[in-house]
Amino acid sequence: MFETDFSSEAYLNMQLLRFTTAGSVDDGKSTLIGRLLYDSKSIFEDQLEAVERDSIRRGNEQINLALLTDGLRAEREQGITIDVAYRYFATPLRKFIIADTPGHIQYTRNMVTGASTSNLALVLIDARNGVYEQTIRHSYIAHLLQIPHLIICVNKMDLMEYSEETFNKIREDFLAMSAKLSIPDLRFLPISALNGDNVVHPSENMPWYTGPTLLHLLETIDITSDLNRIDPRFPVQYVIRPISDEFHDYRGYAGRVAGGSFAKGDHIIALPGMKESTIESIDLFETSVPQALTSESVTIRLTDDIDISRGDMIVKKGNLPSVNQEIDIMICWFNEKPLNPAGKYIIRHTSREARCLIREIDFKMDINTLEHNRKDLTIGMNDIGKIRIKTTQPLFFDSYFKNRITGSLVLVDEGTFETVAAGMII
Amino acid sequence: MTAYRINHLSELENESIYVMREVAAQFENPALLFSGGKDSIVMVHLARKAFWPQKLPFTLAHIDTGHNFEETLVYRDKLVEELGARLVVGSVQSSIDEGRATEESGFNASRNVLQTVTLLDTIEKYKFDVAIGGGRRDEEKARAKERFFSHRDEFGQWDPKNQRPELWNIFNGKKRVGEHFRVFPLSNWTEMDVWQYILQENIEMPSLYFTHRRKAFLRDGVWLAWAPFMKLKPSETVIEDDFRCRTIGDITCTGLSPSKADSLVDIIREIAATRVTERGGRSDDRRSEAAMEDRKREGYF
Repeated sequence: MFETDFSSEAYLNMQLLRFTTAGSVDDGKSTLIGRLLYDSKSIFEDQLEAVERDSIRRGNEQINLALLTDGLRAEREQGITIDVAYRYFATPLRKFIIADTPGHIQYTRNMVTGASTSNLALVLIDARNGVYEQTIRHSYIAHLLQIPHLIICVNKMDLMEYSEETFNKIREDFLAMSAKLSIPDLRFLPISALNGDNVVHPSENMPWYTGPTLLHLLETIDITSDLNRIDPRFPVQYVIRPISDEFHDYRGYAGRVAGGSFAKGDHIIALPGMKESTIESIDLFETSVPQALTSESVTIRLTDDIDISRGDMIVKKGNLPSVNQEIDIMICWFNEKPLNPAGKYIIRHTSREARCLIREIDFKMDINTLEHNRKDLTIGMNDIGKIRIKTTQPLFFDSYFKNRITGSLVLVDEGTFETVAAGMII
Repeated sequence: MTAYRINHLSELENESIYVMREVAAQFENPALLFSGGKDSIVMVHLARKAFWPQKLPFTLAHIDTGHNFEETLVYRDKLVEELGARLVVGSVQSSIDEGRATEESGFNASRNVLQTVTLLDTIEKYKFDVAIGGGRRDEEKARAKERFFSHRDEFGQWDPKNQRPELWNIFNGKKRVGEHFRVFPLSNWTEMDVWQYILQENIEMPSLYFTHRRKAFLRDGVWLAWAPFMKLKPSETVIEDDFRCRTIGDITCTGLSPSKADSLVDIIREIAATRVTERGGRSDDRRSEAAMEDRKREGYF
């Protein structure tokens, strides 16, 4: 166990890394997560005992680490992962949030969900099978969702006699296949999740591999540039107006910085009114702070009394987002009811809500071959496609490639209120 | 200063405040479920930060099993007075008296499960359209599948196989009449994060979390607080020793840790060294592998 003092300054100041894992049960994904948690001593005794009891009851010979992550009764009974499960662990260097997502084709929506908030994706490949359709699908989603870092774990190396040749072949196949994808940071790792090779401890079975272990990579990959720190964007979430004697004239715009930074004294423009003002103060519970950076939740006060409400956006002069009602997006469809080309949908984008209709369906993506299909334009469950929408009010946005917060939206069905699609603005 | 502001605790805080503000913006009549435990205390602290200098735009709702630790009620009433907040109490005893819930009997009798009836009744009585809860995904494996914005049908039920996808930081709180939402702003926090945050923010905590002398007895490997209404098996004896609560719930099912931790730093050290989850001491979770999932489906916290 860690001998470090968790109340010390260093432990109150750790970085947080969110990552997602993709691969089917057969690729050993749950086993890998179980291994990470087990070898980093993040599994508690009572959890382990419960898994041991369960493994024996199910007639498994070894402890089935997959049972640690499959939380729902149906998952445990069927031996599959149905929904995104979140797992937490910490090492002396970082805190981690794992979005464990199922790899089956019918659950693409879960992988997209897990990918949307991740800094990093782990894609598992079974060394015996090599690169196949599912690998392409998972890598494409990592690319589509613009996950900054991708680690390809070639698993079950123990079943291929820890062969360097097998590993190199899979790496070359992957590189050839992924030439069409933009993946900023790509790494390959030969592992055996079952035996723990190169997961937390370096493998003695693969002396030819001299790179870092998986955990070491997770602990050290630089994530400081994963967020947009350049273009200042502040979607207003809520207007704070205390009706009290002490704060009679207080009017603060509460929100979370979605890009760049804001400082006291900055000249700002409020969209859609294009009204200009100056930041009087950035408040954070009883105190003011000199500036607010990307991802910080603060309250901004302005020198002028201008009309701003939820759904408006505060930006800076000289750096405006796109303002438009006709928008091209890549969508991933989540609902059993396919996209209705004549339908209207509710759109949620930052703190703004509008309605939209479908102008055009450009193509459907064949995510196994990465070809654009322009003949069959039915966008059904788990399909990905490019469409153009027209919104009832202008949205203030950046391309998803530039900013994952101001470039993303969801479509909501007007009848059932279900979230039916995720959209990435091109 | 810059280093402090990008740490994991700040990131979790920023996320939780964002979620609280979404609740205030998207719903008409929100309730914040307040149990007096550490998670709900941290939630109230985050809510104050989210809306300062405005008062909380939430009603505090306490689901009272009638089997409370006295200290919890004292802490609750003091906090409500300080905040000038509105408090409503849903009473499990009333649900039993009205015949809407049936008291369990036997040695392991607990009012934990009965809380679901009272919780749903309270939501209906006050027409809350959302209830903010302190549930965390690291607590239990069924909770690990929970959304930040969790949709409940008109029966208050959770359907884990048919949840709305939740992407980026876009939360869809749209619902039909009679349905409601449960929102969990602390979803991504771990027990350690909660205590580190309490230390960082210097939040006052109920004395139950620190070491104190208490009468207790051992059952199935778990130390339980002794209270006059609890039935003892012949083999069980009540002893008095130094204990602290790791979670605070209904007295009948809250496990105690033998502990001499009398400061936040001691507690953090103790958690760092412990090898048992905090719910390992909750006898309500030990009933079966899927005990939590089953309760949650029916509308539990």
